[in-house]
Amino acid sequence: MSIDTETARRVAKLARIEVAEEALPALAGEFNAILGFIEQLNEVDVDGVEPMTSVTPQRLKRRADVVTDGSQQAAVLKNAPDAREGFFAVPKVVE
Amino acid sequence: MSELRKLTIAAARDAMRKGDTTSTEITQACLTAIDGADALGAFVHKTPEIALAQAQAADARIKSGDAPAMCGIPLGIKDLFCTKGVPSQAASGILEGFKPEYESTVTSQLFDAGAVMLGKLNMDEFAMGSSNETSVYGNAINPWKVDDRDLTPGGSSGGSASAVAADLCLAATGTDTGGSIRQPAAFTGITGMKPTYGRVSRWGIVAFASSLDQAGPMTKDVRDAAIMLQAMCGHDPKDSTSADLAVPDFEAALTGDIKGKTIGIPREYRLDGMPAEIAKLWDDGTAMLKDAGAKIVDISLPHTKYALPAYYVIAPAEASSNLARYDGVRFGHRAKLAAGDGITEMYEKTRAEGFGPEVQRRVMVGTYVLSAGFYDAYYNRARKVRTLIKKDFDDAFAAGVGAILTPATPSAAFGLGEMANADPIKMYLNDVFTVTVNLAGLPGIAVPTGRDAQGLPLGLQLIGRPWEEAELLNVAYCLENAAGFIAKPAKWW
Repeated sequence: MSIDTETARRVAKLARIEVAEEALPALAGEFNAILGFIEQLNEVDVDGVEPMTSVTPQRLKRRADVVTDGSQQAAVLKNAPDAREGFFAVPKVVE
Repeated sequence: MSELRKLTIAAARDAMRKGDTTSTEITQACLTAIDGADALGAFVHKTPEIALAQAQAADARIKSGDAPAMCGIPLGIKDLFCTKGVPSQAASGILEGFKPEYESTVTSQLFDAGAVMLGKLNMDEFAMGSSNETSVYGNAINPWKVDDRDLTPGGSSGGSASAVAADLCLAATGTDTGGSIRQPAAFTGITGMKPTYGRVSRWGIVAFASSLDQAGPMTKDVRDAAIMLQAMCGHDPKDSTSADLAVPDFEAALTGDIKGKTIGIPREYRLDGMPAEIAKLWDDGTAMLKDAGAKIVDISLPHTKYALPAYYVIAPAEASSNLARYDGVRFGHRAKLAAGDGITEMYEKTRAEGFGPEVQRRVMVGTYVLSAGFYDAYYNRARKVRTLIKKDFDDAFAAGVGAILTPATPSAAFGLGEMANADPIKMYLNDVFTVTVNLAGLPGIAVPTGRDAQGLPLGLQLIGRPWEEAELLNVAYCLENAAGFIAKPAKWW
């Protein structure tokens, strides 16, 4: 699998990272080096092997479905680059 | 005064309890040393006011007779840990100005035990790197030097390693996703331990790859690792993967007696082209454990060579998901927008400005391997290989192996900038001996046992059975005693 400039552009878009047009070929080259390294995994026989979901066999703990925290609007908004009237503010989303 | 900062945790604890010194005195000695060590780039946010207030409180507590082992011990905290009201940036531009409104579980536990925070420590951005060169703060530098070059302290916990090796603090917190505690420990001649996955809560630690991340102690010796780990671990309801298991007394396990213990030597770790001094270090360490009464057996971990490629699918995949939260909305940096820019431009510009090149690369690789059409070919295959890697270890342990001895790193510390033009894979190879342990969720510890021809420290790694940190620490203690590594870097900074 070889990654071309077009694929690099699409991946950057999916990752929501702006990449300048002239930087795309070099980026595609780096992806190819890393994916070439990853290709080794194709040598392994994984037939019938379960993909790992949890490294330590354990059942996730459950707790009662009740409110345990809240009423911390000021703390939640404290680090926001733009907070107004108790909300996070972002550029216009809907026309 | 300057000797106080060179104390181990155990020695400081005993001296404070006897009334021979105080936390305030030790803390002051560390703060002075930190101010004189800016050239190392280890401490990136200094917190002297917090430190002195905590030290004073610790002194009162020690006087009252109620003093846990960590009480009054001045520590450095890796920048990846959220510390309330103190910058916690994961060494990234995207978290510029972020001051958490909460405290990570690990630092809470340490501070509740009376430990003192001297400041935040340098690291690779989002813990992605093996040389501390991806930090927004600039490089951390190894206190060890052999010529006029500045050497890397390793990464990602490079600031932690540099600070402990240079005696700027008594110990430091680190985190380890693929080797980020053990590799820098080996590069700087200190002890670094990654516990079993689930032993230490991840709550409040900036996430990189959640199925691999684990915090641990970076200390001057094995006893200190035992003492500090004790204070860091335990069940935390705020981390769903935190294990609800009793925590043994790790320090009490350090008997130095390993007679009859079976130590496995994995043949796949003897890589082609392994430098002679690494091979000798490993052979010497094996002989030390044998002399101490351990039974040495050759073992096979057949999927070892696939660990790094599997890691470089799984870790970026998890990172691309975890780092999606850095969107310029809730915290950290937001790019200045041009007229007409909408929310998508805000995301794209913010993330392009805020993330450094290595982080961008990994997020995009992760995005690619998780994207439609490649998920099975890359991500699921890597997770299956991970199952096989863990099974290799399970089989060895089932055959009676109690611990496994390997080199910690393929070389001693290299010069900063020396890998700048190498392809990323070359840097990734630093973690070739450590990454298997994260994939299998096992405890691992790096112990300094020798020096290379130039005089730089080299370390060996011991890998233990899951949840058997106590037994692992005891083997490490035995190795430490036999190796007798006491060299310290000469001060140049």
